Amino acid sequence: MIIGEGKPIKDILVMIKNYSKILLIGCRGCVTVCSAGGEKEVGILASVLSLARKKEGKEIEIREVTLERQCDPEYLEEIRSFVEDYEAVISIACGAGVQFMAEKYRKIPIYPGINTNFIGVTEEQGIWVERCQACGNCKLHLTGGICPITKCSKSLLNGPCGGSADGKCEVNPEVECGWQLIYDLLKEQGKLDTLEVIIPINDWSTSRDGGPRKIVREDLKL
Amino acid sequence: MTSKSNLERILEKGDFAVTSECGPPRGADPEIIRKKGKLIKSSVDAINVTDNQTSMVRMSSFSSCIILKEMGMNPVLQMVTRDRNRIAIQSDILGAAALGINNILCLSGDHQKFGDHDTAKNVYDMDSIHLIQTVKYMRDEGKFLGGDELKGIPKFFIGAAANPFADPFEFRVVRLAKKVAAGAQFIQTQCIYNLDRFKIWMEQVRERGLHEKVHILGGVTPIKSLGMAKYMKNMVPGMDVPDELIARIKGVDKEKRAEEGIKICVETIQQLKEMEGIHGVHIMAIEWEEMVAEIAKEAGLLPRPSE
Repeated sequence: MIIGEGKPIKDILVMIKNYSKILLIGCRGCVTVCSAGGEKEVGILASVLSLARKKEGKEIEIREVTLERQCDPEYLEEIRSFVEDYEAVISIACGAGVQFMAEKYRKIPIYPGINTNFIGVTEEQGIWVERCQACGNCKLHLTGGICPITKCSKSLLNGPCGGSADGKCEVNPEVECGWQLIYDLLKEQGKLDTLEVIIPINDWSTSRDGGPRKIVREDLKL
Repeated sequence: MTSKSNLERILEKGDFAVTSECGPPRGADPEIIRKKGKLIKSSVDAINVTDNQTSMVRMSSFSSCIILKEMGMNPVLQMVTRDRNRIAIQSDILGAAALGINNILCLSGDHQKFGDHDTAKNVYDMDSIHLIQTVKYMRDEGKFLGGDELKGIPKFFIGAAANPFADPFEFRVVRLAKKVAAGAQFIQTQCIYNLDRFKIWMEQVRERGLHEKVHILGGVTPIKSLGMAKYMKNMVPGMDVPDELIARIKGVDKEKRAEEGIKICVETIQQLKEMEGIHGVHIMAIEWEEMVAEIAKEAGLLPRPSE
């Protein structure tokens, strides 16, 4: 899922300093699961912002709403009847949701309440870790199901650099060497011969380099 | 011969080669690189110039190589894939060849985290193995990676690095094999302090017959002080400095430790000279270039054959 994290309150207060009537919108998708932008976080953020503004002597009215998803047009429609009653919107969905909202409601300024960090997993309660950089050219079949583009700090494709020591990356002793993980897993599976083959220079045109990527499925279009 | 490289000529002749390296200055003063070059010139067959090592911004390896070349030396252009995409890399390869540089050492490079610009974005469009393939493809096929014909072929003697002391140990020889398959013609290893581990790695190298396909130059770095030995052991990932070596340095008087470091270095070279499959040494006297001549002399590597 997409993992996000709340922005510092002081940054949000700067964004909304000129407004006194705000619509605060959460999302029941990924950001609910990673406790960054769901209904609960909408409630908490609304209280914190209200308190902070009260302290400044500039009270604020905040309406709390949480949509099923902010990345689907049908759910974004649910606020159409009242969104223009507000001076500004804070969305605590991922960056995709915030942008989709901004596109649909061009008259109202939309502000992001969270940072969108990565595509990852819940390793344990309260710990999320990146797994995929959405390069659009999956090589997991060659690397034991562990992504070198994500897990290696240099995104190397042909094994660990000379800075791999005791299973750790040269960048930081807290970071595991992705290639050590790949090596260990393939060794367990008796498939180390996979690593003898050179993975060729990557085609990054499927990655972030060519503007926003698009998928069209003719079979699903209405 | 694939190039006009002095280093290639010496290695192909079967002579034991000596290379060294110098780091370019952190500024635009060419005298600093000239001074280092002068100290090393007559003791080596070729001289590497590092490419923003430890991600500290320095004068480019490319321009420093040209300065050394003007002094009559045979420079080895180090190139890392950290800072350049395939467009910049191919462009620099052509430019270097046009100015008469004929050795290249293909590296992935230290992560930007280590340097003084740690908020930079790294590139890594390709890894070091792809860089080897790129230089070989341009040289042997006469084409850009994109497929278009080159007007003028860059004739490089292609080198790469190997670190037998990094992990996972059993994979290190596989990584070397991949570099050789990609087109590496010479290898410079990480600094050797743990000769026992190095010997095991060399056995693996010989088992695969790699020593007959590539010229391996053993890397050595003289230890200046106890502080340096400890720093190398504890702070440099992928560096293996055994406790016995630290004890040996510690065991002599403080003012004699540098001398002891030189002695250890010379002894290591002497062992490397006897090792099957080692075709030379790469002396990395970090900010201690004045010692290269003495090390080479003590190790019986002088005089160097003239070009």
